[in-house]
Amino acid sequence: MDKQEIIEKLRSIVKPYSNNQNAFDNLTESTDFISDLQINSANLVDVILDIEEEFDIVIDNQSMERMLDVQSAIEIIELKLSEK
Amino acid sequence: MKKRVVITGLGIVAPNGVGLDAFTHAIKNGVSGIKHDSELERLQFSCQIAGKPEVPPELSLRYFTELELRNFNSSGILYGVIAGIDAWKDAGLSMEVHDEPDWESGTIFGTGTSGIDKFRESIYKIDDFQTRRLGSTAVAQTMNSGISAYLGGKLGLGNIVTTNSSACTTGTESILMAYERIQSGQAKRILAGSTSDSGPYIWGGFDAMKVCTYKHNETPEKGSRPMSASASGFVPGSGAGALIVEDLESALARGAKIYAEILGGNLNSGGQRGQGSMTAPNPIAVQRCIKKAMENAGIHPKEIDAINGHLTATSKDSLEIQNWSDALGRSGAAFPFINSLKSIVGHCLSAAGSIESVATVLQLHHNFIFPNINCEDLHPEITAIIDSSRIPQKLIEKELNIIAKASFGFGDVNGCVIFKKYKLHSQTF
Repeated sequence: MDKQEIIEKLRSIVKPYSNNQNAFDNLTESTDFISDLQINSANLVDVILDIEEEFDIVIDNQSMERMLDVQSAIEIIELKLSEK
Repeated sequence: MKKRVVITGLGIVAPNGVGLDAFTHAIKNGVSGIKHDSELERLQFSCQIAGKPEVPPELSLRYFTELELRNFNSSGILYGVIAGIDAWKDAGLSMEVHDEPDWESGTIFGTGTSGIDKFRESIYKIDDFQTRRLGSTAVAQTMNSGISAYLGGKLGLGNIVTTNSSACTTGTESILMAYERIQSGQAKRILAGSTSDSGPYIWGGFDAMKVCTYKHNETPEKGSRPMSASASGFVPGSGAGALIVEDLESALARGAKIYAEILGGNLNSGGQRGQGSMTAPNPIAVQRCIKKAMENAGIHPKEIDAINGHLTATSKDSLEIQNWSDALGRSGAAFPFINSLKSIVGHCLSAAGSIESVATVLQLHHNFIFPNINCEDLHPEITAIIDSSRIPQKLIEKELNIIAKASFGFGDVNGCVIFKKYKLHSQTF
């Protein structure tokens, strides 16, 4: 799965949680989940559960903690996919 | 000086009607909301009929975002939010979002349990080593104060935001707690009310106690029979009722519609002493509650035009009538009109007091007494105390001034509230 594919999937995952339409429309690798998309911090666990389901991976607690933006999410997803 | 307290908004999610128009029509015409419940049948309940409000998904979407409805599984919060927001809007209050909380408005919205289906779902996940998959809203949906927390956030409430709980007295208690807070000047308005979850996990315990009827699984609408000689137990129900309880000055200042005045009331307990127990009311406490409510409201028993009883359709109905008669010193044809909403909605448990209070206030406001159904065969113990003409079986259109409403609950707890038609100068003459 290439990076662009992952970003597209991430885009549809974060859509319901995003509270900033402009940041969502301009989502890039450097987009931050909280400061840019203004996702409620409590919802981050829901985003991660949705990612696990979409990519059929399990994200450990340590990875979860650093999954705060699109770039780190991509890195973690790529890593977990490669370990499958 | 104590503030006068009025009701300026109503909201209702009942088994026989969601929204004020549908509900008013249903109660005036004795339309039952009791239906056969296939889930209760599948689970081999003795009682396979129930009162459950109909809330289609498109209605939910008018009160919750799609995100809020993801993994949402709390019928009590669903009903309570709809009733609460409807009451708020009915009172002419704004839904506009401001940064500053509304310091003068709060909510006291009761329930017995919260999100019992969500709770069940969570327990299965936990036992399956899936705790991490519970999601972010398992707590908010299952904490008892979930309903007041959801409402507080949607309305930006900055005064008290809490959930009371006292079994089947819960809804009546919430109104009196709101009344006290406003009377003492600590808030301008309180969204008072209560809600109850639907379904087998809330109703199962009552089925096991054999307090629900098992005789009407084929004739659901005949099942709930308060005051009837053939009453055979209550029919479980659910839903939510909501009332905006407001400081009279604040209501007048904003030109609000005033449904009724709350003159006063009383909350007490029989201490599970004497004839009282966890499940049975101590009659001395019930009578004391009614008498203290009249005393607190500053009215004479003769002034009561009608009573909205607790009257669940169990063997305790006759005792309740006796208690009212003794407390009021009125019997036979001198007894007030009395009705029980439970004949058409069932026993809505923690939501009963608020749903029935909404019905009571509608009667005062629109000048009618709704009919009791399923009591063609009045219990002889009841007609030995009061005249059968006092138990309307047809709609009565009549100017009403004062209605007493009482609720009694497990734990031997009682609540009685006195509603009066609002008149500007009623206390200054």
